[in-house]
Amino acid sequence: MLSPSPRLRRRKALNAVMMLLATASAALGLIVLALILGDLCWQGLSALNAHVLSQDTPGPMSEGGLRNAIVGSFLLSGLAVLIGTPIGLFAGTYLSEYGRYSKLAQVLRFLNDILLSVPSIIVGLFVYQVLVRPVGHFSGLAGAVALAILVVPTVVRTTENMLRLVPDQLREAALAMGAPRWHMIRRVIWKAALSGIVTGVLLAIARISGETAPLLFTALSNSFFSLDMTRPMASLPITIYQFALSPYENWQALAWAGAFLITLTVLAISVLARAVTAKGDRA
Amino acid sequence: MTAIDIPPPLSDPRARALRADRIAHGVSLGAALVVLLVLIGVTLSLAAGAWPAFRDLGPGFLTAKVWNPVTDRYGAFTAIYGTVITSVLAMLIAVPMGLGIALFLTELCPRPLRRPIGIAIELLAGIPSIIYGIWGLFVLAPLMQHTVQPLLIATLGNIPGIGALFAGPPYGIGLLTAALILAMMVLPFVASLTRDIFLTTPPMLREAAYGMGMTTWEVTRHITLPKSATALVGGMMLALGRALGETMAVTFVIGNAHRMPASLLQPGTTISAAIANEFNEASAGAYSSALIALGFVLFVLTFLVLAAAQLMLRRLARRNGR
Repeated sequence: MLSPSPRLRRRKALNAVMMLLATASAALGLIVLALILGDLCWQGLSALNAHVLSQDTPGPMSEGGLRNAIVGSFLLSGLAVLIGTPIGLFAGTYLSEYGRYSKLAQVLRFLNDILLSVPSIIVGLFVYQVLVRPVGHFSGLAGAVALAILVVPTVVRTTENMLRLVPDQLREAALAMGAPRWHMIRRVIWKAALSGIVTGVLLAIARISGETAPLLFTALSNSFFSLDMTRPMASLPITIYQFALSPYENWQALAWAGAFLITLTVLAISVLARAVTAKGDRA
Repeated sequence: MTAIDIPPPLSDPRARALRADRIAHGVSLGAALVVLLVLIGVTLSLAAGAWPAFRDLGPGFLTAKVWNPVTDRYGAFTAIYGTVITSVLAMLIAVPMGLGIALFLTELCPRPLRRPIGIAIELLAGIPSIIYGIWGLFVLAPLMQHTVQPLLIATLGNIPGIGALFAGPPYGIGLLTAALILAMMVLPFVASLTRDIFLTTPPMLREAAYGMGMTTWEVTRHITLPKSATALVGGMMLALGRALGETMAVTFVIGNAHRMPASLLQPGTTISAAIANEFNEASAGAYSSALIALGFVLFVLTFLVLAAAQLMLRRLARRNGR
């Protein structure tokens, strides 16, 4: 048998080293990320109890929970989705249907992709300048608008992509039967892409439910239970931020509990979004 | 004269449908323009808020190293420095690791594990940054202070030249810790993006290369990487754009000191951390205007990086005939 040439041996050795490095980085990356999740579960679960859901945020060194923050987060995210989804849906429809090949759509597509990654703290500053400073005080409404600005580009992007997956033959068939475009979009295109659109909205919810920076200068926070959107409103991320940086142990424990709840929510929504897509694909 | 000229009555279903179509066209165009209006609104409102600072401090605002609310003297340089240093360091860590993970997932990982690991990484990319922040504050910072930083100071700190980067007492928090947290945060994003890009390489090309007897590394180095270079650079810039503007993960562990430390172990600040920390406490006037000016600088910086990233990613999409 021929012994391998030194050159081949060198090539194989280099290959082995590189593959080892790739495997090691994969292992290291996954271990670190697993550590983060592990710590989060450990700390979060040990801080979790019935009070967390039933009581409002306490003062330093006293009993309490996160009820007002959780309710506030629901209200802020809910209103943001209510504002952002229709805008995103119609904008995505414009990019995919009415204006698909227009120059304007090209520019808007480009800008939307940028808006998707604009630092969320910049969005917070913008809403502060427009909705907080003129009014003179922080409000839940301003927070919801800031979150809605993050919902829009996500929904636009997924809606357009999903509508484009609908085959053109369906459009042509509907138009050939004399259906006006709007009728065709509503009854054929949206219906065919429904699961994809829902996925986009779910992903947007997952994205905003942990956003902190846009709320800092808009919704601010509130130590008391409040449903008034025109006043400052507590939210889970801001409460975590404030409590984690405090020197009080009970506040830090609540911060961990809140972080655990947020992660759980985000992961559950993401998994749900995947399930919706998978089901849509099978149908 | 003829029947054609008579407009159909409003109750005619066809006329109603056509009117609905015109309205829907207008509404969807309006919704699409919201994206444009938001970006214009951000630019104008930040520019207006930053104007007093730019007017009073001039271009020196960008290069001055002082940040003193008491004497009302503000310079953006320390914050810009911290932003760039932490982001670049984070990318230096996350990009090679992300490439490694993508390579592992596309070439080495046993097939039944590829999908679950891929999905896990995608899910991790969606975890909010405040989670990374709180973990950094309570777990990573103490670890850095008691174990990693003393070790770095004792070893790398003694090397002439780069030793200055690892000098000083171990605070735990600081530029290096912030960069590490940022790296962990963008790693899942970089890894899943890179994997997707790797998968767009035509399989025929790779199989042909394997058929000629190339090793896996040679196929990666000479076929996959060159084929996806533009998209990779675009993807990395997208990740850089995120790192530059990241707020919560950094604010917890950067130390929030308006200084420009020579050592990576010392506290510093970034643009986003400075805004998050000081904006609500800032008195109206010069102080808050200076912070909005910082925000304007960050917006311009990330806009340029993200625009470049999009242009590169678009070039790849066009080449693939999409």
